[in-house]
Amino acid sequence: MSLAVVKSKSEDATPSPAKILSLRAPKVDRFRSLKRAAQSLANNFIPPLVCAAIILLIWQIAFGRPGATLPSPLVVWKEASDLIIDPFFRNGPQDIGLGWRTLTSLTRVGIGFGIASAVGILVGAIVGQSVWAMRGLDPIFQILRTVPPLAWLPISLAAFRDSSPSAIFVIFITSIWPILINTAVGVRNIPQDFRNVAKVLRLNHFEFFWKIMLPSAAPYIFTGLRIGIGLAWLAIVAAEMLTGGVGIGFFIWDAWNSSRLPDIVVALFYIGAVGFVLDRIVGFIGDLVARGASAT
Amino acid sequence: MTAYLKLDHISKSFRRGSVENEVLRDINLTINKGEIVSMIGHSGCGKSTLLNLIAGLTPVTSGAVLLEDREVNSPGPERAVVFQNHSLLPWLTVYDNVALAVNKVFGSQKSRAERKAWIEHNLDLVQMTHAKDRRPSEISGGMKQRVGIARALAMEPKILLLDEPFGALDALTRAHLQDSVMQIHATLKNTMIMITHDVDEAVLLSDRIVMMTNGPSATIGDVAEVKLERPRHRLELVSDRDYIAARESVLKFLYERHRFVEAA
Repeated sequence: MSLAVVKSKSEDATPSPAKILSLRAPKVDRFRSLKRAAQSLANNFIPPLVCAAIILLIWQIAFGRPGATLPSPLVVWKEASDLIIDPFFRNGPQDIGLGWRTLTSLTRVGIGFGIASAVGILVGAIVGQSVWAMRGLDPIFQILRTVPPLAWLPISLAAFRDSSPSAIFVIFITSIWPILINTAVGVRNIPQDFRNVAKVLRLNHFEFFWKIMLPSAAPYIFTGLRIGIGLAWLAIVAAEMLTGGVGIGFFIWDAWNSSRLPDIVVALFYIGAVGFVLDRIVGFIGDLVARGASAT
Repeated sequence: MTAYLKLDHISKSFRRGSVENEVLRDINLTINKGEIVSMIGHSGCGKSTLLNLIAGLTPVTSGAVLLEDREVNSPGPERAVVFQNHSLLPWLTVYDNVALAVNKVFGSQKSRAERKAWIEHNLDLVQMTHAKDRRPSEISGGMKQRVGIARALAMEPKILLLDEPFGALDALTRAHLQDSVMQIHATLKNTMIMITHDVDEAVLLSDRIVMMTNGPSATIGDVAEVKLERPRHRLELVSDRDYIAARESVLKFLYERHRFVEAA
């Protein structure tokens, strides 16, 4: 009885306040959401800005005195502002903006990393499918994986006898290992249930690769790609320092040889920023893909 | 009735190193077209292994599985499986999960429009049309299993193999799905083999109940016929004499004659 009474009471009471609320709600919500967006923007951007300012200040104090070995932020701005303000100028074959140099380096990374991705995923898929191949190849991969990028350069120079393919090869050989190993692990971790579904449907190898293996192993693959792109970007700078050309790595070496320290500082920021963006792009794509493949 | 599926002296052993473990010994069974046969037994008796043998997912050690007098020893869509944990691909929508099966099995026989209609027909059969654009993670356990059934049915299997299909579901959802299975069987008159550990489910759904002895070296202990008219209604059956008798014989088999002895 008491239950029924409570029910009827609430039914009587609800309609009028509900109407008033429904009219007001949107306005309040929009204002609140705007405020919340501003709040989160501030939360995300103010701390890094403040920290950056403090670091610049410390840097200025540390190297601001005359005779300092490294340039202070103000000196960098004074001497290299052309590089900072306009990344895409062309004053001659060797006097070009850092944007162009970065693009040259990115092209090399793109080719090397692209080949590494394709080969790494394919070989990783094969290795992951076969217990025997995994046992045989995994130790070899684990050893090769730890070889530093530049250690490959002499061998690749000897093989290709040209600087540009050598640099691309260094990118390839550096970034392929995490992609390959992660893909293999991802393929090994495909649930037996999915394999059974594929067997009942009689999917052939090609269909299994595209429809089951790639989506199922995608989170692993993208972890590998993300590590791989980071390594590739590390390797390109080192490789270009030695092979020359117009890349951002060679620019640093060139600037060092002609004692343009402020230019080096600017180039370092470029490299850091580009590496950050690359990592975020791969991570973002990975998140998009992983959302579809997330576990039940 | 014709012998549709024949299990002919099937044995299965698993070998781990030098130790050989016989799971199933000398299984003989004939299943007729349009029949629903349940296999029941204590856990570890090898009933899931037996289903995998019929499906072709694991090879037999000796003996043969004969479907329409032809030996089958590899998996195929004519023996579609409804897996215990649904096994839907999480990156595909409900529709695409069924479409994967339909496009593979009927890709060369049916036109695009026919396939689309066939997918929708099967989703309709399990009452899942409303959720066809959702992903498996966005629907309930019972709905996932419905889609699993739709995917299996869409392959137009000669035999539908159900591996404890409702084991992971709550009692109410399970009852709903059992009713759906009975409706589907009434419409399609298809042949089904179902693994279960639920006595009521076995009696309600099946024409025959195959009772397995305990492993190792499990075999068929007894087969109970369930002579109940279809369509069956669970409420009317509660007091039905044949129903009670069938239930009793299965229970007696499981708890008197072949009590589950905890592995010593």
